Amino acid sequence: MPQNARPISPHLQIYRWPLAMALSIVHRATGIALAAGTLLLVWVLLALANGAEAWAGARAFCGSPLGLVLLFGWSWSLCFHLANGIRHLFWDVGKGYSIQQARSSGWVVVIVSLVFTGLIWACVIAQGGAK
Amino acid sequence: MAEFTLPKNSKVQKGKKYPAKAGAKNVRTFRVYRWNEDDGQNPHIDEYEVDMDSCGPMVLDALIKIKNEIDSTLTFRRSCREGICGSCAMNIDGSNTLACTKACDEIKGDVKIYPLPHMPVVKDLVPDLTNFYAQYAAVKPWLRTQTPPPPDRERLQSKEDRAKLDGLYECILCASCSTACPSYWWNGDKYLGPAALLQAYRFIADSRDEETGARLDELEDPFKLYRCHTIMNCTNTCPKGLNPAKAIGEIKKLMVERKGV
Repeated sequence: MPQNARPISPHLQIYRWPLAMALSIVHRATGIALAAGTLLLVWVLLALANGAEAWAGARAFCGSPLGLVLLFGWSWSLCFHLANGIRHLFWDVGKGYSIQQARSSGWVVVIVSLVFTGLIWACVIAQGGAK
Repeated sequence: MAEFTLPKNSKVQKGKKYPAKAGAKNVRTFRVYRWNEDDGQNPHIDEYEVDMDSCGPMVLDALIKIKNEIDSTLTFRRSCREGICGSCAMNIDGSNTLACTKACDEIKGDVKIYPLPHMPVVKDLVPDLTNFYAQYAAVKPWLRTQTPPPPDRERLQSKEDRAKLDGLYECILCASCSTACPSYWWNGDKYLGPAALLQAYRFIADSRDEETGARLDELEDPFKLYRCHTIMNCTNTCPKGLNPAKAIGEIKKLMVERKGV
């Protein structure tokens, strides 16, 4: 028996993150954010059902700086999780596994998620929302 | 359960510094993880300054030079020095690879060398691979057959069927991929890891193997196969350029296809 228990070699502390590794953990994080965001949606729907006063309260919260940050984060999470989910579907049918393909598809997911989020908020602002 | 930080006895501390001899012109610093069970201390990073003008090009050359000329207590595995034995797999410059095929020139700044990540350390750069080898054995890496072999020759295979094993049989079991995988870090006791799964697929894909169904049954488990979330660290790090992520994807595909979906 060793005199001292064997140490565990460093892992997260020293590993150089490839893009795919970062996107993988972001996929999980956005999944959790979406689950939490669904609670917000339920709350807004309940407010809608509870009459004008409750609805005004929900609107006020969503229009507040905190509300806007949450909505923005949620909308980006949705776009990212959707786009990366489609990337996973390609993997599920056995395509896109080469290092180059996975790298390119990763960047496509990042760009698409940002563009879609931008479009959503462009629509919101054009409709006079976010005020 | 996933533990993202190192336990107390594994935290890495600063170690000794071994300066280059006076007059050395082309000096590089190698920062190497050290631990031995005898001195009762935590792991630490020793710094070795190596004169590259009298050193071979590969990281393994530098390690051997350090062991020969600077500090004979430095411990690491190595054998073939040409990327075929898999002994000198370690974490160099943040990625797992073979020290013998990694050129010092490919690395910017100080060369940081650690053992393969998230493994019990035996000494210095030598990890305990017992579990890794047990997982390899668990996929029964040999031809499993039910029909008797032809009496007068070996079991034959068409060129096309043989070609299906390209990219699978070349694995040297260096453990770079499995120890690069976060899923393997957090669930290495239950998840087989990319190396063992690549080997599982190597026999699933072999036209001469007659127990594909049994092999798939053995992998049908929430952990053994399905802890793979296509993080792709295995493929990104493989020093032999193989693609364990794709092999695992193919196994997952077969799991679905055999249900007739």
